[in-house]
This record gives sequence, structure tokens and C-alpha cells, in this order.
Amino acid sequence: MKEQPIDRFAAELEASRRSAVYEGTKATHEKRTRHLAARFAEADVLRRTAGEIKQHVVEHLDRYLPEVEVKLRQHGVGVHWCSTADSACATVLRILQARGVRRLVKAKTMLGEEIGLAGYLERHGIESVETDLGEFIVQVDRDHPSHIVRPIIHKSRREVATTLERIGLGTYDDDPSTITQRIRSHLRGKYLAADAALTGANFISVESGRVVIVTNEGNSRFCLAAARLHLVLVGIEKLVPRDRDLALLLNLLARSATAQPLTVYTEFVAGPRASGQADGPDEMEVVFVDNGRTEMLASDCRDILRCIRCGACLNVCPVYRQATGHAYRSVYPGPVGAVLSPLLAGSRFPEWADLPKASSLCGACNEVCPVDIPIPDLLLRLRARGKQEGGPQARIGTLPMGLWSWIAARPELWRAALRAGAALDLLPLRLAPVPALRAWSKDRDLPAWRGGAFRRWFRHRSRL
Amino acid sequence: MATCLCDAFYDDVACATVEVLEHLGCTVEFPEGQTCCGQPAFNGGDWTASRRVVRHAVRTFAGSCPVVVPSGSCAAMLFHGALLEFEREPDRAAVEDLGRRAWELGDFVVNGLGVRTWPGRYAARVAFHRSCHSRGTASSAAAETLLGSIAGLTLIPFGEGEQCCGFGGTFSVSFPTISGSMGKLKLEHLRAARPEVVASGDMSCLMHLGGLAGKEGRPLRTRHLAQILRDSLRHGGSPS
Repeated sequence: MKEQPIDRFAAELEASRRSAVYEGTKATHEKRTRHLAARFAEADVLRRTAGEIKQHVVEHLDRYLPEVEVKLRQHGVGVHWCSTADSACATVLRILQARGVRRLVKAKTMLGEEIGLAGYLERHGIESVETDLGEFIVQVDRDHPSHIVRPIIHKSRREVATTLERIGLGTYDDDPSTITQRIRSHLRGKYLAADAALTGANFISVESGRVVIVTNEGNSRFCLAAARLHLVLVGIEKLVPRDRDLALLLNLLARSATAQPLTVYTEFVAGPRASGQADGPDEMEVVFVDNGRTEMLASDCRDILRCIRCGACLNVCPVYRQATGHAYRSVYPGPVGAVLSPLLAGSRFPEWADLPKASSLCGACNEVCPVDIPIPDLLLRLRARGKQEGGPQARIGTLPMGLWSWIAARPELWRAALRAGAALDLLPLRLAPVPALRAWSKDRDLPAWRGGAFRRWFRHRSRL
Repeated sequence: MATCLCDAFYDDVACATVEVLEHLGCTVEFPEGQTCCGQPAFNGGDWTASRRVVRHAVRTFAGSCPVVVPSGSCAAMLFHGALLEFEREPDRAAVEDLGRRAWELGDFVVNGLGVRTWPGRYAARVAFHRSCHSRGTASSAAAETLLGSIAGLTLIPFGEGEQCCGFGGTFSVSFPTISGSMGKLKLEHLRAARPEVVASGDMSCLMHLGGLAGKEGRPLRTRHLAQILRDSLRHGGSPS
């Protein structure tokens, strides 16, 4: 059988990398479960409620998006709408160039990764510095994040220390606090020199027009401290109707992502510096990005738009733990990535049609999801779509089911097959004519064939 | 519904299911025309093929009787999976009707018939693996209620109980590396707990774990929930 790319990646993965990711995700998942249960007796009710709020939002974007634009403009915020990744990059560049910005500091945004913003700005002569510690390492290593919340979960501190030495931040020292201090002092200069700051947004409240940004390192605050311009890059699905919805979602987000009651920094930004305020950017611009989201909304996978990017599904996923993030060949790895990546690909869906197959459909992702996304159902829907339009990438390792289903709809043939299966016991399985049997028997025994035995037992005893 | 795995490999599990239900006073019918629930093709994305098999199951199990399955996975296919692939089909109502009548065995005994304690005796330390398709259903809790009530039986916990055994149907053959690693990890956790018997409500998980263990030359003693319930009645003591 042809190999699945994700399985091959897992087979070739260094053991140390796998165990770093396995240990890291397992610890976070277990802590998450304890903390959620300790604080909330009915955590599942909260997850479902949060899911309903987000589902309501994505199904009423036609109403909420114009409302939030009005609110943001009242705060003196510029609002931009971009339908594609290209137009979003171009819009950001235009905003920066219009103000003569040469140096940008950036807080972590998955959407920025999704549209390839940092590389685009670099190509257009704008220095864009990642200020999240993990993203900073990813940037200077020209690597890719392998986790939504912990971009360098695949790297050891020794690798990070080597990187720092290479870029001239002191001689090799893999003490975590030394690493942090060195990056911290390096970034101080960047914050002060930057003309503009770019952040994502975890939520925007339609009611108040507040942009909510959470970090643990406080880097988004530093970004905003000295910059004249605050640019926010946000997906159109990131709205919540009311401020009080944030209480629920922030509680769930931090616990699900990092097993914290709340992130260390939670910022509510309602516009640029007002008169009378001492600090803050003079200008604020929000760039709303669609990039395939409306198409997702129109599909039978719209539930994925509820996602709040906490990464809990990655942490619990046995496939992610074995294969690690880079196996998924895209910005979003793990269960959520196996749904999002093929959908975001638009007409290039077939290239990612193998991703939804990379799941035993165990459902652990749905069980931990803070907005209760039925990820296994969405994976199944994408598999069905892959069968229709997925091409070769969807067919890898997929057993042909036509003949099987034809037999399974004809009882007399089914019973004949049950008798014929006895041949399995006589045959060395490694020579079996069926590739699936060979694949199974490489690492596993097959039980003795007992085809039809129950039927005979049942018939015999009904005659007694 | 006996399931295709019991039809092909695990006849004793189907026999035990019949005996358990009869012990509770049920009259058990076995429609001879039955084959499979359609899940292999459903999971493979071939919904046209899968619907063909589901339609056959709907015809075979027509009527008003509860359809009891010794598998959380096949039961979930009937009451959840099939509904997804019949969302836009004209005969959806018939599929929904079968779904409403479909029960996983443990769930049926505890929540359908209201039985919460099990007679007899079964002297063993049992590690119960919660199969993934029983997530979000009452099945695992039901099985643990029954097993926990059996005299002599000790349920023992083990590490990472929420993790999948790695089977996943065709996943086990199309992702052999990842599936095998998941299974071996599960075996490690199970062996560390030193159970005498590893039990589950799904033979598919036990086939995977047992198959891996057998290949390693360290056989695992696996029993289906139905077998333990039956043996508890029959042997009045020791696992068969």
C-alpha cells in the first residue's frame, strides 16, 4: 500500500523530537483536565454554551460585522476588509507605507502565518520582528510553528541556545532564564525603534468594539507601548456579541490552551490613545480577513469557524503526539488543522485531502474542545469530499469499498465470504493477496477465523 | 446485530451477548440476512458504498424491536454516523428510526433495562478500556457500573485511559506506524497496571491490542464485556 505522508513523517521522526512533543502535550492536557474540573463542576455545559455563542456569531456575521465596524469607527479606529490572503498582505503594506513605517514589531498571530505576512513585508523592505519568544526563534531559524500556542514545542532548549549563539546573542548557554533574558533585552531595542505594532485579536466584542488580546509574555503590551500605529489583523469569525461573553470564553481559552485560570496579560483595547491618555499609539487600524472563511461558512464544515485557537485538540490528539506538527505541512496542525487546512486551500483542496485521514476518529479532540466543535464529524465530511474531488492525495492508503459494500448488501454472498475466509488461517499473511492484511500482520497477529460459527451455534440452539 | 467482527472472528462474544440478554428475560432474534453496519466505507469517505450497506441493515432490522450490538462502535455508526451520511437522503427517516432503536450492549442493560448490579462471581483484576466510540455516550459508565458490581471483580485504573488504542478501522492499515505506536503505548500503560484481564465493550480495540501483544510474543488476556457478564453467571467464579 502507498504510504500516507503523515505516517511516513512519523516513521522518520527523531525519537527525541517525538518524545519532547509527546511529554509537553501530555502534561498540558492533564493539567488542563485537572484545572477545569477543579473550578467548574459542569465544564461540559460551559463548553457547549461557548460553542453556541460562537456558532451564533458565525451564523450572523452578516449582521455583526457591519455593527462592529460602526463601533470601531466610533472609537477612531480605521477598518479594512480583505477577502484574500494577497489582498490582506497588500492592505497591511499600504497602511504601513502610507505612514512611512520601516520597522514593525509583531505579536503572535496565526492569521499572520496563514497569509504569509512576515515574508511578504520583508520582501517589500519592511523589517518585521516577532516578539513572542517562540515565534522569534521560528523567525530567526526560518522554521515554521509546529503548534498553535507553542510554536517551538518541537525544539529543545539546546537547539534554542545554539540559535541564540548563531545570531550573536551571547555564547552558548542553555539555561532557560538566560535564554529568556537575552531575547528580552534584544527585543527591548526593537520595541523602542519600531514605528508600528501588529497584533492579532483573540476576540472583538461587537457590543463595545473592544479588541481583546491575550499573551503570557506581555509582548503585545510592549509592542503597543512605543509604536505610533497599532495594526490588528483578525479573521472575520473572531467576534463575540457582548462583553460578558468574554467572561466565559476567556476562562475557557486560557484553561484549554495552557491550563491557566487566565493568561498573564489580557488586554482590552478600545481604540488609539485618547486625548488625556499618556500612552498608546496615535492610530489604530483593524484589518478583517476572510481568506476562505465565507466559503467555509457556506459548507457543511462551518462549525470549524467557532475555533478559538487554543490548541487543546492538538495536545490530546494521539496522532499529533506521534507525528508532531510539521507532519501536517501547513500552518494549522493537529485535528483542527486537518479540518482547516484543506478548507483554506480552496481550489487546491486535493493537495491536503490526505489530512482528514490522519485520525483514528477517536473523538478526544471534540471532548476537550472549549467550543465543542464536532471535529471527527468534520473530518468524515472532508473524507467524503475527498472521495468526490480529492484526487490521488485522497486515495493514498484508502481501501476500495465498492466490492465490499456490494457483498455486504447481499446476505448469501456475505455468508459465502464468511466460509471462504477460513483460507486466511492456511495462508501466511505476509503473502496475503490483500494489501490491508499484509499491513495489518506486519506488527499484529490476526485471530483465528471463525466465520459463520456464531450463526451455526444460534441455529442449532433454536432447534433445541 | 452481531457485528462483522464477531461474525468472522469472535463468535463467542456474540454467543455471550445472547446469553446475557436471555438471562435478563429478553427473547433474542438473529436476522440471518445481517452483514455489517457500513462503518468501514463511511470512515473511508465512500459514503455511496456505506449507504448501500446501511440501507441493507435498515431492511434487515425493520420492525420495532431494540437492536442490541456488542460494540460501541457499530452502535454509534447506527445512531450517529449513518445520520451524517443520510442528511440529504430521501430515506433518512428510516435510518433515524433504526438509530433510535440501536443500543450498545452495556448501555442497553443498564439504561434500557434498568439493571445496575450483576450476579455471580468473576475473580479477576480487570482493566476496562473505554472504547473511543463510547465517548459522549452512556456506554462506558454503564459497563463500569456492571463490572464494578460483580463479586470478586476489581476494576483497576491505568495511565492515559482517555487515549485511543490506535485501531481506528482502516486507519490501522493506512497509518501503520502511528497506529502501532499508539497501540504499544496503550499496552505499556495496561501492563504497568498488571491486570489479569483487559476488557472492553468493543472487540475491535481488543483485536488490535491483542494482535500487537501476540506479535510481541507477550499475549494479552482480553475479554469482551459480554463474556465477563456471561462467565460471571456461568462459572460462579473463575474467568474461563
